[in-house]
Formats: sequence, C-alpha cells, structure tokens
Amino acid sequence: MAAPLFILIGNRKLVLLLTQLVCWTVFGITVALLSRMQYGPISYELGGWPSPYGIVYNVDYLSAFVMLFVSGLGAIVITYAPKSIDKEVHHSKHTLFYASYLLCMTGLLGMCITGDLFNVFVFLEISSLSSYALISLGKTRRAPLAALHYLIIGTVGATFFLIGIGLLYQMTGTLNMADIASRIQAVDSSRTMLVAFAFMTVGLFIKMAVFPLHTWLPNAYTYAPSVVTCFIAATATKVSVYAFIRLIYVIFTPQFAFERLPLDQALMAFSLVGIFVASAAAIYQTNIKRLLAYSSVAQIGYMLLGISMSNVGGLTAGITHMFNHALIKGGLFMVVGCFALRIGSLKLEDLRGAGKTMPLTSFAWVLGGLGLIGVPMTAGFVSKWLLLTSALSLELWPVAVLMLLSSLLAVVYIWRVVEILYFSPASHLAQTAKEAPMAMLIPTYIVIGSTIVFGCWTVYSAGIAHAAAESLLGISQMGGVQ
Amino acid sequence: MTDFLGLYNYWIVIFLMMTGFYIVIARENLIKTIIGLNIFQTSVFLLYITMGKVTHGTAPILRESHGGEGHGSEHHGAESHSVEHGQELHAATEGHLDSGVEAVTEIYSNPIPSVLMLTAIVVGIATTALALALVVRIREEYGTIEEDEILEMDRNS
Repeated sequence: MAAPLFILIGNRKLVLLLTQLVCWTVFGITVALLSRMQYGPISYELGGWPSPYGIVYNVDYLSAFVMLFVSGLGAIVITYAPKSIDKEVHHSKHTLFYASYLLCMTGLLGMCITGDLFNVFVFLEISSLSSYALISLGKTRRAPLAALHYLIIGTVGATFFLIGIGLLYQMTGTLNMADIASRIQAVDSSRTMLVAFAFMTVGLFIKMAVFPLHTWLPNAYTYAPSVVTCFIAATATKVSVYAFIRLIYVIFTPQFAFERLPLDQALMAFSLVGIFVASAAAIYQTNIKRLLAYSSVAQIGYMLLGISMSNVGGLTAGITHMFNHALIKGGLFMVVGCFALRIGSLKLEDLRGAGKTMPLTSFAWVLGGLGLIGVPMTAGFVSKWLLLTSALSLELWPVAVLMLLSSLLAVVYIWRVVEILYFSPASHLAQTAKEAPMAMLIPTYIVIGSTIVFGCWTVYSAGIAHAAAESLLGISQMGGVQ
Repeated sequence: MTDFLGLYNYWIVIFLMMTGFYIVIARENLIKTIIGLNIFQTSVFLLYITMGKVTHGTAPILRESHGGEGHGSEHHGAESHSVEHGQELHAATEGHLDSGVEAVTEIYSNPIPSVLMLTAIVVGIATTALALALVVRIREEYGTIEEDEILEMDRNS
C-alpha cells in the first residue's frame, strides 16, 4: 500500500497525516464490505486468473468481521499514537515506524481476505516481520532481545506452517482453500494429512500464543512501545485465531479435526490449563504491561474453548470473544500507554495513587477491567455468557465451573491494579503526574466506551459472529455431503 | 530398501530440519541460532522442490517446436554432463522420433513448488536480515551476543 512511499517522503508530520488517512480509508472500505455481506460472499480473482489456478481473494462474514475490527483498531490506535510515539520512539525512526505499522496492518488484513493457502503464509510473514521491527523500536535495551526471541520462535512457527502447506499441497495438488476442501475427502485417511495438520496447528499455535507456546509474548508485549503493544495485542493474535478457524472449519473439515482426531478434547484441555496458568501468572506480575500480556494468553484460551465446542453456539462465542477482547485489550493497553506517557514507568509500585492525579485515565482502566472480567453490561460479559450457555447446552459442567472460577482470577489481577491506583498512598512519580492529553484520552474512551456499547447492544457483534459461525458450519456440512 | 533409497531426498530434508531445529533450541550464541534457523528453512525449500520434481522430467519451459532431431541433439549436448535423467529422456524421445511418432509429450517437473520457494527464499532473506540487524543492536547495547551472559546482565540490573 502506501508504506514504501513513506520512506521516500521522510517528513514526519506529513507521514503521520497520511498514515491516519490511509487507516481511516481502509476502515471505511471494510465497513462497506461488511455491509455488502448480506448479499452473499464476494470473491475477487487476482490478475484475472480463474479460481483454482490464480490467487483468489474471498470475503465472507467472518473475514469481513475480523477485517473490520483489525482496521478499526488500527485507525483508532494510530489516531491515539502521535504523543506516545514522540516520547517512546527516537525521532529519526518515526517514518520507519509508520511504514512498518502500515505493513503490519496490510499483512493482517491480507491474511483475512486471501483464499490461497500459500498467500496466507506470505501475509503472515509480512505482518510478523513488520511487528518484529516495531517491537525492536522500544526504548529499553531489552526490546531488541525480546524482538529477536519473538523472531526466532515466530519464524519456527511460520516454517512449521509452511511445511504443513507443502504436505497438503503434495496430497491435494492445489493451494486454493475451497479446492483443497473439496478434494480432501479422497485423501483424508492418509498419514501425510495427519502430519500436515499437526504441523499447521503447531505453527499457528505459536503465532496465537496458546499456553505452552506463549513464551515469546510477555516479553514482546512488555518491551515494545505502547502504541505497538496496543495494536499487536488487539489484532495480531486474533488474526492467527482467525486463520486457525479457517484451517479447521473450511480446509480440514470438523469431521476430520474433531471426529478422527481427539482435537476438541485436546484444545479444551490446552485452553483451560492456559487460562488458569496465565491468569495465575498475571496475578504475580509487578509490571502492568506484563500483567496484561499474561491476561492475553488467558483470553486466547477462551477463544479456543469456543472453537473446540464445534457447534454454532461455541463458535459464535469464540468469534464474539475475538472481537470483544480486541476492543477490551486494545483499550486497556491504550490506558497503559497514557500512564507510560505521564508517569514514565509501568511498575505497579510507581503507579500507586495515580487515581488521584489521573482520574480519567484510571477510570478508563476500571471500565476496561470490568469488561475483561465479564461483568454484565460490558462486552466481556456477552461473549462469556455465550460461551457458558453453549458449554451448558453440551452438558460440559466441569468446563462451565472452571470458566467461572477463572473469571475470579481475572477479578483478582484487575482489582490489584485498581487498589493500587485508588487506595494506596501516592508514589512521588504519580504525585507529580498530570492527566493524559485529550488527544490520547478521547480515542481511549472511544474504544473503552464501545466495549460497553457492544455489551448492551449485541445485534452487531454477536449477530455477525452468529452469521459467520453458521456459514462456516454450513460450508463444512456441504463438504461432508459431497 | 529401494523405497528407503529412492526417497533419499526426504531423508536429507528430515536430517537438515532436525539439525537446524536442534541448533535453534540448543545454542546460546545468537548468530548460531540464526544460522540454525536458516538451515531449518532451507530444509523446507528442499522439501518443496523435491515434491515438485517428476522422475525424468525436464525444466518446464515452453518451447516453440516440440522435438525435431536437430533440436533434440543440441539439447542433449548442453545437458548431458549435468542431468543424467535428462540424457535418458532424450535418448527415449529420439527413439520415438525414429519410429515415426510426431507428437511428443514432454514430461516436465511441476513448476509451482519452485515458484513458491522463490517467495519463501525472499521471506527467509528478509527474516535473516532483520535478525542480524537485531543482533547488531543487541551487541551495541550489551557488548555480547551470548544469550546466557545477556540474561545474566539483565538479572543483575
């Protein structure tokens, strides 16, 4: 898109304006795409080559929905960014920052829209490479090391994914997702398919930061500049979850994934263990960003839990949670960015008493935290409620009980921060801090406020997620009939 | 046994893959880790190219005329020392031509995996370049590229 242009322009102000313009335009386009969805899926053949031979871009409910929140958050975060970037990134690197920001967004949107498996890999690498670069821009000296660790683990994950694509191509002779799905029936009993599936799953698990493979995430999120953390935390892992949903429900059929393999039980176990371990780890963190990073790992668990139920209810819950969590976590990291700007430290002990000097920012934390816990009237409640009801409809009582218990853990770590903000004697850093500037607070409140809007008014978020889940399961059932 | 030897490319792939992966996991030196990562990626390139190769296939180049004795022998000379399979193939096609069959269907390798690997190689280069740039930054900050020493310094600070 416009990224290479920026390096040529080189002027900081101009680049910033252009980035914002591009982001909002993209957001507008995705809104238009989503509103067209009621007339059925759209596909576009790149370069005019017909479908099984050329690369196709497909847009259906799910991809339009994911693209909507990726581009929406991208646009809001970049509006929020300038002040925070000024403080946290060296001036000479600003143009490069915006260029890689846009590249990252291109990669993420590309992963959503493409109907070609190899193209997914290419876009995955585009977004990953630019996010490694973004993370390494953090001002502490640990940032490059965190980025390098992420790079090594991420590349191993992407290469696993590539091996999986290769084996799949070997068995089916095509890279088009729909084409693979229609040919897979003939070959799905061979061992190669199992290996391919395993490689792709593990590769995506690394990118998603599912519990045993999450080790890159806390460091990467902690040492990245605040803006980058907002964007990546809100979108990057979600898009990988999206790719995983595609993988299970469109390419490999649920019959293959869940009936021939015990993947649903495995997923459920992974996600529950992940939720508990990561939530417990979050409780003991002393850095507020790291706390949220562990909480992200836990939240990914909820999404996988929804996917593992493999019925319309569970999938709806998983997709809704992707959307809601993107909003909540994006909002919370934006709050953290405000603290970082004014207090200059993210250690919990330095944040003590900030509730008095930065009341608006702290209140945004409380609202976002309530959403994360899943208090009624917030977005987090909607998706957890959906998840709970579908767990109950499948009579998975232990899962339902464990989910409620894990929400209590979230209460503990959110409350710990609230207590520090409001009820502790102020540290000297917090005493001298001023309220965050309006240019940052307004976007923060837009995001946090939208979590409450989507908590009360679920027609759009849950409704679209429901349509997406139905169409996914519908596709796979048709595949089963053929 | 023939299966075992016939699939020797895949054994090389697996060997390279495990070597690279082991280096990534076990080495403390950051540069060596990156080299391991490269070996790991290269094994995947080989995997793709191997699966694209059809036995006795030539390069998938569209030629204006298919066959013709002068053309065939010319090719024969050019390729004989490099591709042994090709030699056999050309010997076979020439035999066909002698028996009067005009249309010769050429067997050629599947070009798609090779094309995909071109993209993957580019991605690999970008990854390596970025990783090396990060190592330079780390070296500037810490003065070392041994991972355990860096972690030690972080713990002390």
